Amino acid sequence: MIDTKQKAGVNVSRRTLIKGAGAGAVVAASSLSPVAFSEEKTVNMGFIYVGPKDDYGYNQAHYEGKSGVAELSWVKAFDEEQVAETIEVQKSMESMIQLDGAQILFPTSFGYFDPHILKIAPKYPDVMFLHCGGLYDDSKHPENVGSYFGYIDEAVYLSGIVAGHMSKTGKLGFVAAIPIPQVLRNINAFTLGAQSVNPAITTNVVFTGGWANPVKEAEAATSMIDQGIDVLTCHVDSPKVVVETAEKRGVYSCGYHTNNLALAPKGFLTGAEWNWSSVYAMYAEKIIKGEKIPNLVRGGLKEGIVKSSSYGPSVTAAAKADAEVAKAQLVAGGFSIFKGPIKDNKGNEVIPAGKAYQQTDITLESMDWMVAGVIG
Amino acid sequence: MQKTLEPIIVTAVALLFSVLLIALFITSTGNDPIAVFKTIYKGSFGSWFSVQNTLVRAAPLLLTALCTAIPARAGLVIIGGEGAMVIGGLFSAITGISLSGNSPIFILTAMMLSGAMSGGLWIALAGFLNYYRGVNETISSLLLNYIAIAILNFLVFGMLKDPETLNKPSSFHIGEANMLGVIGESSIHWGIVFGILLCLLLWFVSLRTTFGFSVSIVGGNPRAAKLAGISVGKMIVISCFIGGACAGLAGVIEVAAVHGRANGSLNSGYGYAGILVAFLARHNPLAIIPFAILMGGIQAAGGLLQRRHGLPDASVEVIQGMMFVVILGSEALYGRMPFFKNKSIGVSV
Repeated sequence: MIDTKQKAGVNVSRRTLIKGAGAGAVVAASSLSPVAFSEEKTVNMGFIYVGPKDDYGYNQAHYEGKSGVAELSWVKAFDEEQVAETIEVQKSMESMIQLDGAQILFPTSFGYFDPHILKIAPKYPDVMFLHCGGLYDDSKHPENVGSYFGYIDEAVYLSGIVAGHMSKTGKLGFVAAIPIPQVLRNINAFTLGAQSVNPAITTNVVFTGGWANPVKEAEAATSMIDQGIDVLTCHVDSPKVVVETAEKRGVYSCGYHTNNLALAPKGFLTGAEWNWSSVYAMYAEKIIKGEKIPNLVRGGLKEGIVKSSSYGPSVTAAAKADAEVAKAQLVAGGFSIFKGPIKDNKGNEVIPAGKAYQQTDITLESMDWMVAGVIG
Repeated sequence: MQKTLEPIIVTAVALLFSVLLIALFITSTGNDPIAVFKTIYKGSFGSWFSVQNTLVRAAPLLLTALCTAIPARAGLVIIGGEGAMVIGGLFSAITGISLSGNSPIFILTAMMLSGAMSGGLWIALAGFLNYYRGVNETISSLLLNYIAIAILNFLVFGMLKDPETLNKPSSFHIGEANMLGVIGESSIHWGIVFGILLCLLLWFVSLRTTFGFSVSIVGGNPRAAKLAGISVGKMIVISCFIGGACAGLAGVIEVAAVHGRANGSLNSGYGYAGILVAFLARHNPLAIIPFAILMGGIQAAGGLLQRRHGLPDASVEVIQGMMFVVILGSEALYGRMPFFKNKSIGVSV
C-alpha cells in the first residue's frame, strides 16, 4: 500500500468530510466516486492521547476526531488516554499493533516523535505512524512515518479580531504553556488580529512552564484580570481553567482546541478549534482504497482542518462582520497574517515591509519572536 | 521461621482483600470483574510482549522505590525520588554530552557516577536539613522535587537546549553509540538489571551487615542508637545519599536507555510511583522486586483495560490506590494475630 515517497506540502482534500463533534452522518463517501469494498475490510485505527480525553482541550479535540471517524461502519477505532511521553507510548503503540491489529496509528502528542515513534516505526513497516504536529523530513525519517497539523493560528487570528472589538480596556491576556514556535505563532496571530481592529491593543502573556499546570493557569488568569485585562485566551492543553476563571470574574474569553462555549455561557466570544475528524477520515479513506498515505499534511480554514467556534451571546454584529470578512479572505487564500512591516516587542524589525509569509512557509514553524504590543 | 512468614502471610491476605475491593470497584463501573482480571493478567503477564511491557515499566520503579525505602529504614519518610531522578538524569546528560568522543564504556560509567552522585547529594541535603536543622524531611524532599524540575526546565529550555528540538526543548543527544542497549532480542533495556542488582545488594547491606543494623536502630529508636554510640546524623545522611543515588541512577537510565537526552520526560511520575512500591514492600529491598513488577504489570495492563473495557486511565490509579490503602491498613495486624503470637508464654487473653 505504501510504495513511493511523496514530497512535502500535500494539503487535505478541500471537502470537509465530517463536520464537528456530534455530527452523525458521513459526507466522505458521497463526495467521492463510489467505491465498492467488501464488508469484511475494515481499517483499524489507533489513537494515543497524552492527557485525559475530557479535558475540553487538545486531547478532547483528538478524541472527538476519533469519535467522528469511528462512526464510519468500516472503521474500527480504539484509543488510550494519559500515555506519558516515555517508553510507555512505545509499548502502547506495539500493543495496539500486535493485539488490536492497528494499521494506522495516531500518537497525538508532540513528544511522542523522537525517540519513540522513530524507534518503533522501523519494526512495523506495514503500519503507518502519523504524528500530530511534527515535521516529517523524507531524507531522515522512515517511509511509514508522517505528520499532520493544522494552521490553527488562522482561527486564532479571527479570535483576535473579535477580542479586539469586544475589549473595553484594550488589554488582552494570553496564558501560554511554553515559548515554542507553535505557541508564539498563536500569540502573534491573536495580537495581530486584535491590532487590525485597534492598533493600540496590547496582549499580556504569561508562560506557565508546562502544558498542564492548572494552578499556575488559574493564578495567571486571576492576576491578569486584576490588571484590567478583559479578554482572556490561552494555549495550554486544557483551556478549562482559564475560560472558567474568566467566566467567574465576569470577563470575556476566547476558547482553544475545542468549543468552550459550555464552560463560559456568558463571556465566551469565539475560539479556535481543530476539526481532526476530517483528517482522520481522509486517512481512513486512503487506506481502504489502497492509496498512498501522504507523509506531510498541513491545512487551515480552507481545508477544514481547523475552524472557528460559533460566536457567543455577547459578540456584537460589527465584530462578527469583521471576523467573517477575514475568514472569507483566509479561506479564499492569499491573505497573509504575517505580512511586513512587523516589529517584535524588543523593537527589532522581524518582517520587513513588502514581505508576506504564506501559511505554508516553513520559516513560520521556527518562530522565536513576539510581535510589538505583546508584553511578557 | 514465623518471623519471616508473618509479613508474607499478612501481605498475601491484604492483597486478597484488596482484590475483593477492586472487584467491587470494577462492578460499580458496570464491568464484569472476572473479565477485567483476565484482561489485567493478559496485559501484564499473558504473553511475552506483556511480560516485556511489565518489566520495562518496573525497571525505574525498582530504583525510585529504594529512594524511599532506604531512608525509611533510618526513620525518615522521603518522597523526593522524583526530584533525585530528574537531577540524576540532568547531570548524567550534561556529563555524557561534555565527554563525547570517548569510548561508550567510559561515557556510560561517568554518566552513572555523576547521576548517582548528584541524586545522592540531592536527597542527602534533605536528610542533613532534617537532622541538623530539624526540617521535616517529607516536606523538604517534596519541595526539592519542584526545585529539581524547575532547574531541569531552566537548563533544558536555555543553556542546554539543542536548537533542533524546537517544539520539545531537550538537551543535545548523548550519541546513539553511548546508549544503554537492550537485553538480547527483547525490548527490555539493561536498566532492569541495575535495578535488581541494587535491590539485592541493598537488601544484603540493610539486613545482613552491621551498617544496615545500625541504620535500623537509628530508624527504630534514635536515642537508643545515640546511647549505643552510633552517629545518628551520619547514618541518616548516608541513608539518604544511598536512596538518592538509586533514584539518580533511575534518571541516568531514562536518559541512557530511553531518550538519549534530558528533557521534561524525566519528570513522569516514576518517583512518586516508587513511593508506593516502597511502602507496599514495607521498605524491604528484596520485597521491592516483586512489588515493582506487580505495579509495572498493573500499569502495563492499563492500556488494554482502556481499549477492551472502556475503563478510563484513572482506573489503574484506583487499583493501585486500593492496594496501597489495604496493605498499609494491614500494618495494624502485625503482632496481633493469634496464630503468630508466641505460644510458649502461657498468657490467657
